[in-house]
Amino acid sequence: MDWQGQKLAEQLMQLMLVLFAAVGFITGYVLGSFQTMLLIYAAGVVLTSLITIPNWPCFNRHPLNWLEPSVAEKYPKPQPSANSGPKKKASKK
Amino acid sequence: MHSFGYRANALLTFSITILAVICGIASFSDNFNSPSPAAQVQVLNINWFQKKPDGDDEVSLTLNISANLESLFTWNTKQVFVFLAAEYETPKNSLNQVSLWDGIIPSKEHSKFWIHTTNKYRFVDQGSSLRGKDFNLTLHWHVMPKTGKMFADNIVMSGYSLPKAYR
Repeated sequence: MDWQGQKLAEQLMQLMLVLFAAVGFITGYVLGSFQTMLLIYAAGVVLTSLITIPNWPCFNRHPLNWLEPSVAEKYPKPQPSANSGPKKKASKK
Repeated sequence: MHSFGYRANALLTFSITILAVICGIASFSDNFNSPSPAAQVQVLNINWFQKKPDGDDEVSLTLNISANLESLFTWNTKQVFVFLAAEYETPKNSLNQVSLWDGIIPSKEHSKFWIHTTNKYRFVDQGSSLRGKDFNLTLHWHVMPKTGKMFADNIVMSGYSLPKAYR
């Protein structure tokens, strides 16, 4: 998943679980059945997990554009200011 | 939320937390129930009344217990445990409570009942103070929930007494 997709998946998960819990509680309370509340909530958990956990394409609509390796070498990584790290390749211009 | 396992874990923990919250609210909703139970007990017969060889008095009663505990049941009630206790005072103890009968009511349909029985548990005193004793019969109940807090209460019925001599 890309970043936007992760955010969407997380928000969707939270919203759906709270929604199913609320609907389940109200339905169970009105009908006077504890079991109904638990069943509605369990169904909600299963549905939410099917929608938000797998890597659906809709969560990958804003993919990150990694640079090609040949282009990336033209822009060297910043050197650490204190001790030098491992020797870097000389940059090509 | 960058991997399958990460999202699965987040969903699992969040869903369990929410489950705890709705169970808490369900238990809290029991406070809005104002029950109005009714009960009546008749002592039909004193079967026998003796002093045991170890010095304690014992009495056997035939009781007719009728009660309507329908209003105790809520959507969050698993069962109601009910018991009948004889309560009296002796020189030795300021309060004696002896359980004579108990039962479990599994649902609202069974909560309006009438039972004719001898005492299920023995009515034995600590000592020999039961002759001519006035006692109360108290019907206690524990409303056991499916989740959360258990409520307990009782009804005191007074005016019962034991004979002045052994039989």
